[in-house]
Amino acid sequence: MYVIIAGAGKVGWNLARELLDKGHEVTLIENDRDRFATVEQELEHNAQYGDASELWVLERAGISRADMVIAVTGDDEDNVLICQVAKEKYLCERTIARVNNPRNKQWFELLGVRPVVSATDLILRLIEHEVPDYGLVHLLDLPEQHLEIIEMLLPQDSKAAGVRVGDLEMPDGSLLISILREGRGFVPGPETVLEPGDEILAVLDPTVEEDLTTYFGAGGVSANGA
Amino acid sequence: MFILIVGIGRVGSSVARTMLDEGHTVSCLDEDPESHARLEIGLEESWEDKGGRYTVGTGLEIEALEEAGIDGADAFVAATDGDNTNLVIAQIAQRRFNVPIVIARILDPYRAEWYESQGVHTICPTRVAIEMLTSEVREAAAKAGAGGTPDG
Repeated sequence: MYVIIAGAGKVGWNLARELLDKGHEVTLIENDRDRFATVEQELEHNAQYGDASELWVLERAGISRADMVIAVTGDDEDNVLICQVAKEKYLCERTIARVNNPRNKQWFELLGVRPVVSATDLILRLIEHEVPDYGLVHLLDLPEQHLEIIEMLLPQDSKAAGVRVGDLEMPDGSLLISILREGRGFVPGPETVLEPGDEILAVLDPTVEEDLTTYFGAGGVSANGA
Repeated sequence: MFILIVGIGRVGSSVARTMLDEGHTVSCLDEDPESHARLEIGLEESWEDKGGRYTVGTGLEIEALEEAGIDGADAFVAATDGDNTNLVIAQIAQRRFNVPIVIARILDPYRAEWYESQGVHTICPTRVAIEMLTSEVREAAAKAGAGGTPDG
């Protein structure tokens, strides 16, 4: 596979190394003279000097035959533009862009650039997973398809505790797919009764996420009687 | 007409003053508060007293764009000093806020040409400079009597 990487920061440089190790062909493009000189000592002809958002620089790097373009500069506007041009002008189907400021993620989506990688989001996702009290954990997001799979811990005083699955009135556009209880996961039947402390997995339309958390959330009679 | 200009450097500030003089409503957005002073070059009164609007922020922040009035804008001018920034915010204005007239200042002629073909209206000062210089040099060469070909 031939991969063009824009931006020889820590991420770009290490990606180039790993991909070369795996036997791929790589061109790493760096705009800063000093940084380029450093990287070139190790990567030699696999490094090129230039601004990867300039068309001739991409063409010199052979973008027309690239299987993948990865934009990991420290500048979100550069990353989104490089991927947009790679995709729309040079018809490179696979691009990966780094988002430095998570607030800019929406603009990558607006310009049709995906997937995007955001270090902040990755760490936030880990925090959500590590701290279950946070409520709801996203296990899978399919924004294009308007679907997501979430995991939610039923609190002690969950409104849904003690309710038969068959009697649940979940928001339209959501479906209970399984329950994790005492370390065991199972697909519930209509007779299954929800218990506080259950972790439920549900598939849903992201727009009903709040309704779902309200429905399963606190506000019922606490099982502890508290 | 309501014109929103992002990037108040030499170009943006001059366009803003001229448009305000010509009776349009002009709102300016720039991340550097110091840029406000540029708007008042040659003015007797303050930019605001003349009826101009000014917001501090970038063209990538929704709050800043909305505060600057993008929802009611008839025209959007992207005139920051970064080509990529201008191309991104011009597309935001077009696609997200449906501003009817969007113009981006792009220094790189190749990018300007390609995005123009993709429906982003671009103005390329570099292209203008190239054309003017070429024609000046050509004219001077003609006056000096030197031919354009080796045997001419």
